[in-house]
Amino acid sequence: MVRERKNIFNNIDWTLVILYLVMILLGWINIYAAVYNEEYSSIVDMSQSYGKQLIWILTSLFIALVILLTDSRFFSTFAYIIYGLTILSLVVVLVAGSTVSGSKSWFQIGGFGLQPAEFAKFATNLALARFFSTQHINLKNLRNRLIPLMLMGFPALLILLQNDTGSALVYGSFILVLYRMGLSGNFLLAGALIVIIALSTLMVGTYYVMIFIIALALVMFFFIKRNRQNIFNLIGLLIIGLAFTYSVEYGVDHFLGEHQKTRINVLLGKELDLKGAGYNVNQSKIAIGSGGVFGKGFLNGTQTKYNFVPEQSTDFIFCTVGEEWGFAGTLVVVVLFITLLTRLIMLAERQRSDFSRVYGYGVAAILFFHFMINIGMTIGLVPVIGIPLPFFSYGGSSLWAFTILLFIFIKQDTNRNALL
Amino acid sequence: MANRTLASRKQVVIAIFMAVGFIYLLRLFYIQLIDKSYTLSANNNVLRYVTQYPARGLIYDREGKLLVYNEAVYDLMVTPMQVKDIDTLEFCRLLEITKEGFIERMEKAMKYSRFKSSLFEKQISKETYGYLEEKMYRFSGFFVQPRTIRYYPKPMGAHLFGYVGEVTQAQIDKNPYYKSGDYIGISGIEKSYEEVLRGIKGMKIKMVDVHNREVGSFQEGRFDSAAIMGQDLYLSIDGDLQEYGEKLMTGKMGSVVAIEPSTGEILAFLSSPGYDPNLLVGRVRGKNFVRLSEDPVKPLLNRAMAGTYPPGSTYKMVNDLVGLQEGVLTLSTRYTCQGPSSSPIKCTHNHQSPLGVEVAIQQSCNPFHWQVFRSIVNSSQRGSLRENYVAWRNHVMSLGFGKKLGTDMQFELSGNIPSAEKYDAIYGKGHWNAMTIRSLSIGQGEILVTPLQLANYATTLANRGYYFTPHVVKAIGERTKPAKLYPKNIATIDKANFDIVVEGMRQVATLGTARWYQIDSVTMCGKTGTAENPHGKDHSLFIAFAPVENPKIAIAVIVENSGFGATWALPIASLMMEKYIKGYIKRTDVEERMISTKLF
Repeated sequence: MVRERKNIFNNIDWTLVILYLVMILLGWINIYAAVYNEEYSSIVDMSQSYGKQLIWILTSLFIALVILLTDSRFFSTFAYIIYGLTILSLVVVLVAGSTVSGSKSWFQIGGFGLQPAEFAKFATNLALARFFSTQHINLKNLRNRLIPLMLMGFPALLILLQNDTGSALVYGSFILVLYRMGLSGNFLLAGALIVIIALSTLMVGTYYVMIFIIALALVMFFFIKRNRQNIFNLIGLLIIGLAFTYSVEYGVDHFLGEHQKTRINVLLGKELDLKGAGYNVNQSKIAIGSGGVFGKGFLNGTQTKYNFVPEQSTDFIFCTVGEEWGFAGTLVVVVLFITLLTRLIMLAERQRSDFSRVYGYGVAAILFFHFMINIGMTIGLVPVIGIPLPFFSYGGSSLWAFTILLFIFIKQDTNRNALL
Repeated sequence: MANRTLASRKQVVIAIFMAVGFIYLLRLFYIQLIDKSYTLSANNNVLRYVTQYPARGLIYDREGKLLVYNEAVYDLMVTPMQVKDIDTLEFCRLLEITKEGFIERMEKAMKYSRFKSSLFEKQISKETYGYLEEKMYRFSGFFVQPRTIRYYPKPMGAHLFGYVGEVTQAQIDKNPYYKSGDYIGISGIEKSYEEVLRGIKGMKIKMVDVHNREVGSFQEGRFDSAAIMGQDLYLSIDGDLQEYGEKLMTGKMGSVVAIEPSTGEILAFLSSPGYDPNLLVGRVRGKNFVRLSEDPVKPLLNRAMAGTYPPGSTYKMVNDLVGLQEGVLTLSTRYTCQGPSSSPIKCTHNHQSPLGVEVAIQQSCNPFHWQVFRSIVNSSQRGSLRENYVAWRNHVMSLGFGKKLGTDMQFELSGNIPSAEKYDAIYGKGHWNAMTIRSLSIGQGEILVTPLQLANYATTLANRGYYFTPHVVKAIGERTKPAKLYPKNIATIDKANFDIVVEGMRQVATLGTARWYQIDSVTMCGKTGTAENPHGKDHSLFIAFAPVENPKIAIAVIVENSGFGATWALPIASLMMEKYIKGYIKRTDVEERMISTKLF
């Protein structure tokens, strides 16, 4: 045991740990800048969010240490139990939780709030990893597709019931994990196509897109080998495509809430709404855009500090980076994330155990989804979906959850050489 | 094999990560480095350019007595773009305006600019300002702009000072210095000395947060500029004399202009009826302006410069001067007067006949002056009738008539000394002669002069042949620093001829119409006038200067439609001169009668 423990620290992937430390440090500095207030100018002032964030950071480091000292088999063994407990907390919060800005997703404990939805991410990831590690899974098998889908879908549904659409969407990111585990690449393509068709339909109108699809089908008809099977497939795809196109507008009109519709319209440039949904994005772009090459300097951001940008320490923390550090700053942050994500995939691939590999992919997928949605939203490429930027955004639950998510993988990685 | 293939999928996943990262960096590169509009928007968000309005320069009289100063007021400004989510109802209640009034004002502001601030409500009361200041953060888009407005400790000199008002769009277009809501001198000294008085606007750049609360100055005020107050003006006006003149003229229509002959400095300049200049200041200006402009006695009309009158008998010395200069009249020339049976112009005065020029002035004899005028125009040795007329007119204009004098005030009229062409147009070329235009001999007919020109004429007589362009501003900035050198205008008539005419004027005051209004121990020279006019009763006129040897003051008084020159204009002019030269009034009975009589 003693020998093994020593090995743990020897085997730690310090690249990940340093990336993690750099990111939470940058995050903390930017939270300080975002809400900086001359009356409370000390960065450790506990009455301010930057002071509180320090507590979250210190406790996160403690949690990280605890995870590193825990037997790595603990997580695979208790994966389903952890998953079960999380699902339970999601149910309880629906009944007994408190509502913060429209989402009934908080447990209020003293001055601090906890969001079970944040923890459900790593728990689901654990459960998925466990599922794929127990047997040789062939994803061509319908049952094998259904179970992971249910593992993902169940927490997503509960979170959706909390009225937290953004966090629910995160579970869609596991499609990357499934892809790695053998799901046909066509699903990724289909997913991309669905997004493209939906967006172009909303942008240029249903009938143009339909005409385009029919034209495309005709062109393909002349290029493919015209056997029965191909023609049958082509006609099938054509009908599905047309039906989907037709249903997009209907779906947006009937199933999306008013504010979600405006958010989409704002993104597509069909609606300006500078005082409503468009306000956030516009102000966020102004803050980032006014940063220039090297930014306005630490604590000199005006757009974020004077509250022009909403949620500037949480969902829109990237604005502070953009405004005060300029393109130099945003470049560093984007590169840090891409490095972290790439490193995670590389490490996941070197795992011998399926559990660790699947888990690693899951970590990358979740972080990637947050990164893509959060930054994309601040620069107006993605509709406004309120999810945090990992390690940067202010918030205890998310920092704890991301720390746990990442460090369980770091811990698994230290054990990569252990015999299965 | 299958596992190997699946492992290679990591490249697809990494490629997706990279692609998204790359797209985001491109986008960031674009909005942070290429598209400059975001920087602009950021500045619009957070920076408030608050104009620092300088106080206008103060105005003092020639003794250094303060005539015009400033008071602080507060204008409520609005930037329509930033107005959002305000409690309109409460806002209206604080300002005591209706909802419709609010909408109307907002629309006006929007019309000017959605992004730039403009006036919402001018000069809110101090109490309202107090309330608003506290609650300002709740009314984003609004802010209070401190300003100054004019205040006049004594309700006089309205036409002299003129007034200040908001710039019009046309003025903004013409001069980039002005922005909507700025003030500008509209008439009087305020207009002619606008650039001196207005000072230089300053600019403070403040930062505000999303609730429009001030959070400090931009870069510690590095780009701020302070407002520089306008320069003070020291007038040549004697405040006491001006005030006294306005008092004497109460209830009378007309004008008084007094000039210091040795310098051309205007000592008193008034038009009656006047108005309290405090009426055309601030919020009440619009309402009062309408009221004053609709008043049938035209208090807004500056009669001193923009009122033209037939000069009547005050003009007679002009013909004597021209006659003497042209040699058609000498000290020994005698003309006869048949009194009321004279032709073509009769005489109403009882005096000797034949008579010389001095007595003719003293007695204001019409036939004498008609004969002088006829001699000037008809003297065939000198030239044709037309040439003689042109020569006559040139002499007249050298005395400052028929043209703008070029004072330092605005809206001066030139009056009328008709040109030969004008008569050609009326009667036809060659179809007019001395007889046709005989009214000119006694200051009637087409001749029109302003009170300022008359006073300037009195000055020229006092100086025996020259005048300095009359003006009201003595010094700018410092009391001892002369504002400008005014030219000495020399008449085309010799001093010796002036001496003769002045002697006649002295006799007017000692033996003639003015003998009842002599000033104690001071000899004045004067000439009354009773001018027929198409507007009713004769105008009462008087021009004078005193003392005769070393004139300190030259004056012209016109009292409209009041009858003989000796009845009203003369006593008023006499009292004014006494006041100026002596500093006190001995003839309080005359004073009392003048002040208490209301003629309209």
